[in-house]
Amino acid sequence: MTKARTRVGPSGAASTPGTLPLTLDVDALIDDPSTRIIVCCGSGGVGKTTTSAALGLRAAERGRKVVVLTIDPARRLAQAMGIEALDNTPRPVADVDHAAGGTLDAMMLDMKRTFDEVVESQASPEKAKQILENPFYIALSSSFAGTQEYMAMEKLGQIHAQSGEDGTYDLIVVDTPPSRSALDFLDAPERLSSFLDGRFIRLMLAPARGPARLMTAGLGIITNALTRILGGQVLGDLQTFVAALDTVFGGFRQRAQKTYALLQHEGTAFLVVAAPEPDALREAAYFVERLSEDRMPLAGLIVNRASPAPSGDLSADESMTAAERLRREDPTSLTAGLLRLHADQMRMVEREARLRGRFATTHPQVATAVVPALAGDVHDLAGLRRVGLLLAGGRTQNNA
Amino acid sequence: MSEKRTGDWPQVRLHVVTGKGGTGKSTVAAALALALATRGKNVLLCEVEGRQGIARMFDVDPLPPEERRLTTGLPAEDGTPGVVHALHIDPESALLEYLSLYYKLGRAGRALDRFGVIEFATTIAPGVRDVLLTGKLFEAVERNSRNKGAIHYDAVVLDAPPTGRIVQFLNVSNELAGLAKVGPIKAQSDTMMTLFRSPRTAVHLVTVLEEMPVQETSDGIAELRAVHLPVGGVVVNLIRPQDLAADDLADARSGSIDRDRVTADLTVAGMRHERAIVDGLLAEARDHAERRALEDSQRTLVADLGVPTYELPRLPQGVDLGALYELAASLREQGMA
Repeated sequence: MTKARTRVGPSGAASTPGTLPLTLDVDALIDDPSTRIIVCCGSGGVGKTTTSAALGLRAAERGRKVVVLTIDPARRLAQAMGIEALDNTPRPVADVDHAAGGTLDAMMLDMKRTFDEVVESQASPEKAKQILENPFYIALSSSFAGTQEYMAMEKLGQIHAQSGEDGTYDLIVVDTPPSRSALDFLDAPERLSSFLDGRFIRLMLAPARGPARLMTAGLGIITNALTRILGGQVLGDLQTFVAALDTVFGGFRQRAQKTYALLQHEGTAFLVVAAPEPDALREAAYFVERLSEDRMPLAGLIVNRASPAPSGDLSADESMTAAERLRREDPTSLTAGLLRLHADQMRMVEREARLRGRFATTHPQVATAVVPALAGDVHDLAGLRRVGLLLAGGRTQNNA
Repeated sequence: MSEKRTGDWPQVRLHVVTGKGGTGKSTVAAALALALATRGKNVLLCEVEGRQGIARMFDVDPLPPEERRLTTGLPAEDGTPGVVHALHIDPESALLEYLSLYYKLGRAGRALDRFGVIEFATTIAPGVRDVLLTGKLFEAVERNSRNKGAIHYDAVVLDAPPTGRIVQFLNVSNELAGLAKVGPIKAQSDTMMTLFRSPRTAVHLVTVLEEMPVQETSDGIAELRAVHLPVGGVVVNLIRPQDLAADDLADARSGSIDRDRVTADLTVAGMRHERAIVDGLLAEARDHAERRALEDSQRTLVADLGVPTYELPRLPQGVDLGALYELAASLREQGMA
């Protein structure tokens, strides 16, 4: 590998061993009793859900009282964890090893239900009913970009507050939704409250009354335009919705701020999850920067699905030359096939090392754990345990 | 449409490319656009998720929210290429354009902006955002004399939202149904649905040969069919190299490859052949054979989906501009374009 490294292009020169990334010590993180919340974030398809579940299981089997809050697990993984039913309540996971005194609960987030619960807790039953039945609310609570993120954070806040009281859990692991934009979950609370605080809403609430008179000229154009585009019925529904929501809005804003503060607290650890691909690492870099801008405690980077480094030091070029020589003699040569596979693997490994090196050069302070790709999908506790071991830097047998 | 070779989707004007995150749907969308842009045809490649993926893949400056020439397409056998244009659709400019185009809301449009209505409509109002994005797409496909001087596209390729969101994204009238039962925006979304449900649209799904993405592809096809959106092909991306014959793979899995033969071959090829090197090669072969077996079982599932499938290789050095053309050539060879 060292030999291969020296042959990379000019951009690779900066990533020579001088800037080897710090190693992320996952066990130290999950064993530390002051770690109370772990948030796994990253772009879609990088294995966030599996990583969260594996971390939760490992922490539980090392003695922590853990709850894993997940968004959209693969069906078989959900089954294995006993959380296929969406009931918004953490359920104990079967077959966890309790020898070290830990426990593991898991739940799958029901976004709409969480939203409903917030409304119900903030408004009088009558008002709540009015809101819950409004078409705008129904659409907002189930498909507003950012609602899922906001609700994940809301649920985190709830579980955190509850376990602060009764001590059910001492570690909460959160899997964030595969957001359209990476940090929707940080921005969503702010966006929701600035929306509720916005001029448009105030406009809807007080059409042409009192001091708003000044705006009346503009207002006529607007209501006119909206009616032309949306139709009068939509505007009516919207006004009802906004008026109803206004009564619970103070509560929303307060909760959003509290959750945000909770995330900044030192008991929280953010783990950015990525795959060794340019897009995923670019997103990861963006995440790292945003988290530090928002003064969120970043614990490190996890690079999943890394190509396993081949043993031996045959370079890709050496192998390809030999493979071609053998193919000339025997077009079906098995050994030539083996050498070509080896070359392919070496090139993947080199490319991934280059990509990680580039990340490490620009973000030298970020501790990193590299998890080799498993041959199959993970859909049982044994698989999660194996991933947990790999996360912690342990070695498992190939394809075990 | 009077081409000699038209590919599997001669009627399709709008190619929607979706897929689970990490399967490479943007790469496939770009390669498909290159493959379709032949013999002087104009193809528009669109993205809607604000990621500037097109700019990065084609190594150009970030795209503005208007159409521009991107690159030359993959030439036909006779050497004549077409042109690929690119469009980064963003909801805010789509809304303002929509307002001025359909409602002549010059002044009111700006007033709406001042009062935060634009922000409301594009970030908060559910469904409206998607109607706007798809509306712009619709305009590009159905472009007519109303838009003078604009390029007429032979095909439009959309790098679409991921599989989990695609039905919600395209099924715009349904998304609006609860909100706007009547009115112009409802009429507008109904017209769009007519195009999306017609044989002139095809929704292609990109997957890799792993359990979750294949499952999601199968679920996605069922959901698309349930709402009568036309399913196109499945593109199986990131296929592992096929350097070992079937019986060699079986041997590799069971660990019964003849190591003396490998050692002898290495010697013949003038290679080093220490024990460690042979061990390494055999271990890699076992690992590879294991993964190939898993891929094959997933490939059977993909074949059972009953839609045309296309395969693209995993490129060990990643996808650069040259590689996009190679993938485009492969798609064309397989009849996708």
